[in-house]
Amino acid sequence: MPDSSTSTAAADFNAASRPFRSARFDWFSFLGRWVTGLAALLIIAILVVILGNIFWVGAPNVSWRFLTTGTATDMFDIEKAGILPMIFGTTARVILMTIIVLPAGVLTAVYLTEYAAAASLFTRIIRGAVNNLAGVPSIVFGLFGAGFFVQFLGGRMDALLHPESAGVVWGKPALLWASATLAVMTLPVVIVATEEALRAIPQGLREASLALGATKLETIARVVLPQAVPGILTGAILAVGRAAGEVAPILFTGAAYYMADLPGTLHDQFMDLGYHVFILSTQSPNVERTRPLLYATVLVLLGLTFMLNIVAIFVRGHMRKKMRQLQ
Amino acid sequence: MGLKRGHRARPVEWILEKAIFLVSLTSILMVFLIFVFIGREALPVIFGRTNTALVQKVIPVEKMDELTAAELQEYLNLTPTQFKELDHESKRALMEVRLDYAKEHSEDPDARINTTSWRYLLGPHRWAGYSKPEYIWQPVSDIPKFNIIPLIIGSLKVTLVALIFSVPLALGAAIYVSQLARPRVREIAKPVIELLAGIPSVVLGFFALIVMATVLQRFFGYQSRLNALCAGLALGFSVIPVVFSIAEDALTSVPRSYVQAALALGASQWRAAWQVVLPAALPGVFAAIALGFGRAVGETMIVLMASGNASIVSGSILDSARTITATIAAELGEVVSGSPHYRVLFLIGVLLFAVTFLTNLAADLIMHRLKGRLEGRR
Repeated sequence: MPDSSTSTAAADFNAASRPFRSARFDWFSFLGRWVTGLAALLIIAILVVILGNIFWVGAPNVSWRFLTTGTATDMFDIEKAGILPMIFGTTARVILMTIIVLPAGVLTAVYLTEYAAAASLFTRIIRGAVNNLAGVPSIVFGLFGAGFFVQFLGGRMDALLHPESAGVVWGKPALLWASATLAVMTLPVVIVATEEALRAIPQGLREASLALGATKLETIARVVLPQAVPGILTGAILAVGRAAGEVAPILFTGAAYYMADLPGTLHDQFMDLGYHVFILSTQSPNVERTRPLLYATVLVLLGLTFMLNIVAIFVRGHMRKKMRQLQ
Repeated sequence: MGLKRGHRARPVEWILEKAIFLVSLTSILMVFLIFVFIGREALPVIFGRTNTALVQKVIPVEKMDELTAAELQEYLNLTPTQFKELDHESKRALMEVRLDYAKEHSEDPDARINTTSWRYLLGPHRWAGYSKPEYIWQPVSDIPKFNIIPLIIGSLKVTLVALIFSVPLALGAAIYVSQLARPRVREIAKPVIELLAGIPSVVLGFFALIVMATVLQRFFGYQSRLNALCAGLALGFSVIPVVFSIAEDALTSVPRSYVQAALALGASQWRAAWQVVLPAALPGVFAAIALGFGRAVGETMIVLMASGNASIVSGSILDSARTITATIAAELGEVVSGSPHYRVLFLIGVLLFAVTFLTNLAADLIMHRLKGRLEGRR
């Protein structure tokens, strides 16, 4: 039997119980199984080739000095350049984003699972908005951030807080605006993950708490949310993983081509790992000389986002297993 | 669930619960704000209130005093503050400059064209020096040309390559992983394929630009190193995990009893998957493809880095292409805020948002109906 390597007990049973039919070989099933299997294999191969290429070329060029110095002397030379300012900038914007997105995302999920009537039109509109937000192209978030946060909010804040002599303080691309833009972008990720966690909590737990005299809000704050922490954490990690590598939304809201100093305030611009990869790939005067630096930077960026994704997958798997046991 | 209590009994909780409700409106508010703030910047172009013509209507200087302040301000293209700061003499000088300018360019027919009007945004025009009417996106030149047809063609071309490459692969893998693979294989293959979604698009763009472009050119021996084929394949890598996860979800949500019934009737595992499970999950598969399309159209960094970015009208995938997204990313940083070019960039942003909004909405409705059908509500 040619497909014995992948068949299951059910298929074997079928073959054995149909002695007359097995006389003719079923080419259609044979091909279908192999073609779809090869498709899965090809996708995994693509992943392995990309990761392998980046790792083998990049790894020898990552050194301690590279990770801990700035780009002050020559941005495009592996011997002199480092990526500390970019690591700092990316970390800062991602942390700030988490602080903004977590409360909004978690509370929305709490409303959707604990308060809203599941089938009401209003709930469906919120869900529709969340789904749509998840599908908005990242460059549109960039446009939105530039139009709303930088021009509108920043401009208004300047007009209110600062005298005209201070010049433009908030009405220009800044760390805060880039983080806020990314927070809007990752809102659906946090909502969906938190909702999943809240739904997995057995109803009996809530009922027990209510039966002991706790109010609904007390039940949510003391019983439901603590149980959902791993799920919320997964959402936060996934959001960070998604945002860490995004470049398009921060092009016009905060990322800088070059800065001499690390950003010190929320209204400073910042250098960014992903944007730096873009600069090194497209602006280098000497492609061959920049190549080692480029690969090393990509490896650091990829390491960062992948680590987060794998941690998220692990935490979620663990959580699902635990919840299955609870139920 | 829970006992009903009036807001007077526990005012603090009542306020907190209202606060939770208000926060939950954030998503709706954000979708609304995105629409408003991108649309706002594009409105002047949509309603034809921008004018890029070098030569515009002229008014003789002598008639200056017959105009009202508002008319004069509009005629000289000044903001209210600028208008207030200028004295009478400088305004007079500006009017003279305008007259001289018109005289200087009176020979050039193109100088009278407002290139941001809809006719020139969408239709072809025979510009001076061209032998036939053409669609041209050339925002930085003496006469800026904003025809968006080359960008739309570029976006569609790259998207089409990406979908043709990625949809069969992703669907095949989804069928295999959800229906045919052993549980052990499934548990490994699924997260590994979904890991592809974790690669940032700038890294895929880098890979396409540095590695794939060279390999593909050597293999096919074509002219321009960066083209729609190279960008489309790399774009496909980012579409695969989207189509795979949603299709796999839809296939897995088909009740096990369907498969068991088919197997009991003597179908092979593959025939059960192909003839029973796939048709049952078909709406979900369509939704997956729709969302993959939305992802491909909206992707920025990959096409910005790997497509070559030449805005030409060409059906060949071996030619360079400039997409809507890459155009916004490459040009918005350089334009003067409020200029016609700036407004046209927001206009194509609105177009992009509208396309993905409708795609998502369609996918959302399809998924909702599928869920209803599989749960036996319909």
